[in-house]
Amino acid sequence: MLNYVLTRLISASLVILGVSCLVFFLIHLVPGDPVELMLGESARPADREVLRQALGLDLPVITQLNHYLVGLAHFDFGISIHSKQPISELISQRIPASAQLALGALIIAILIAFPLGVIAAINKDTFWDRLAMGVSLFGVSIPNFWMGPLLIMIFSLWLGWFPVSGKEGVSSILLPAITLGTAMAAILARMIRSTLLEVLHEDYIRTAVAKGLSRRQVILNHALRNALLPIITLIGLQLGTLLGGAVITEKIFSWPGLGQLTIESIQSRDYPVVQACVLFISLSYVMVNVITDIVYAAIDPRVRLRDDNRA
Amino acid sequence: MFVWFLLAIFGSFIGLNPDLIQLTKILQGPDLANWLGTDDLGRPILDRLIMGAKTSLLVALWVTCLSLVVGTFLGAASAYFGGWIDFVMVWIIDVFLAVPGILLAIAFAGIMGPGIENVVIALSIVGWVGYARLSRAQVLALKHRDHVQAAIALGSSSFVIIRRHLIPLISAPLIVEATFGIAAVVLAEAGLSFLGLGVQPPEASWGSMIRDGTAYMLVAPHMVISPGIAMILVVLSVNLLGDRLRDKLDVRTR
Repeated sequence: MLNYVLTRLISASLVILGVSCLVFFLIHLVPGDPVELMLGESARPADREVLRQALGLDLPVITQLNHYLVGLAHFDFGISIHSKQPISELISQRIPASAQLALGALIIAILIAFPLGVIAAINKDTFWDRLAMGVSLFGVSIPNFWMGPLLIMIFSLWLGWFPVSGKEGVSSILLPAITLGTAMAAILARMIRSTLLEVLHEDYIRTAVAKGLSRRQVILNHALRNALLPIITLIGLQLGTLLGGAVITEKIFSWPGLGQLTIESIQSRDYPVVQACVLFISLSYVMVNVITDIVYAAIDPRVRLRDDNRA
Repeated sequence: MFVWFLLAIFGSFIGLNPDLIQLTKILQGPDLANWLGTDDLGRPILDRLIMGAKTSLLVALWVTCLSLVVGTFLGAASAYFGGWIDFVMVWIIDVFLAVPGILLAIAFAGIMGPGIENVVIALSIVGWVGYARLSRAQVLALKHRDHVQAAIALGSSSFVIIRRHLIPLISAPLIVEATFGIAAVVLAEAGLSFLGLGVQPPEASWGSMIRDGTAYMLVAPHMVISPGIAMILVVLSVNLLGDRLRDKLDVRTR
């Protein structure tokens, strides 16, 4: 077990190191002078020099990368060009709103996906299966930047049930969470269906049926419980889609989270903040997946045994 | 989907006026002269929708082709050579997969500035990874087959072996993946345009049409509804095609 945790942690740290480099090179890979990109062409040469030195862009790239990585190791993301605040402060202000939205969307996705996936799997190749999978295909195809405005139009402007945008009170989270959760629900429903179908072919299910247990008991106690673990891993992997989609959803609903901060910083050309947001969101995604993997291995010894044998 | 192709290809030849500003006809609902109504500058929405079809098709084809070619080749080469090349490649793939795709595309497009070329570049930078991972896994399973060993024994160059003996065998799952990829690119392009990072006015994109429409939702809901429906129809039909192909070519992608 310790072996498994260690290998998993080492590979995750390598990925984190890689993501940090990718984010660092984000403004260097783009053709043109980063300072000019940030200040525009009309800036005075003196101002450019000041910013260049403040960001350390006058140093060799390797030295810059070194400073950047050392800074990150101390949770120092640098200073925002626009507001002059430390970026770590800006980010930590936005974390609660983003976390709430992600959690809300996750709950919505699970609430929609489980019934759809289970209904489709136990009625395989019938009308209900096709209906559930049709709904799911539709869900993947609806863009969130269309669904969001539509929900606002119907529920906020016409019916007046929810606030149009912003984060006031409990009810304001519902529309953004639905907007963000739908796509994930659709993907998840398909995965739940296929995982459950695989489990239903196992011998212990046949035994349970042969024992004379009711269909309901077989599905809930035997099939779903065994299908649950792979599904949890899949939820972890799908979290990336959720975190990425949150940028657009937060913009639509003026939700004060990290996604909104990313867009605001792009608009004000505050690129150090953009880099920090991308990095932070990716890190949380990697961390969640490492934790899921480790918890999964702790619960289900088959995983770590398989991996140990392979290594 | 065919309608999408046809409109995008022939739209330029049937005398549309997507940039015709008629200030007397601002925000009108659908009528006989303008089947889908007009927008905030009095421009006919149907004509702009067709221009948008062209934008999204162009971007989708470019991005999918670029990412497919680059991704397949890098993935196949990585698996074929193995060793430290494969190790580094797997690491790069893992790093790209750790950053949510649309977030990376938004950051790239945001820093490079708006414009259709930059959208294509940003989406391709994100897109190649999926194909690379897929082709790597497939080649890994195939490279010990007899015909590959025979080609090596005959002294064929690595490039020829990868191109002639490996890539043709793994094309089925890649085609299925690329079909779903087209749908994803259509959504991503519209998403970038919705954020103002895609094509610039007066050029039309479904995403920017939805964004412009959200400002007038109470008086002119048709501005938001029609581009959205067009996009859902396209994405839905491409996804259905992908499903069909997967069943027909008997591919297990996930």
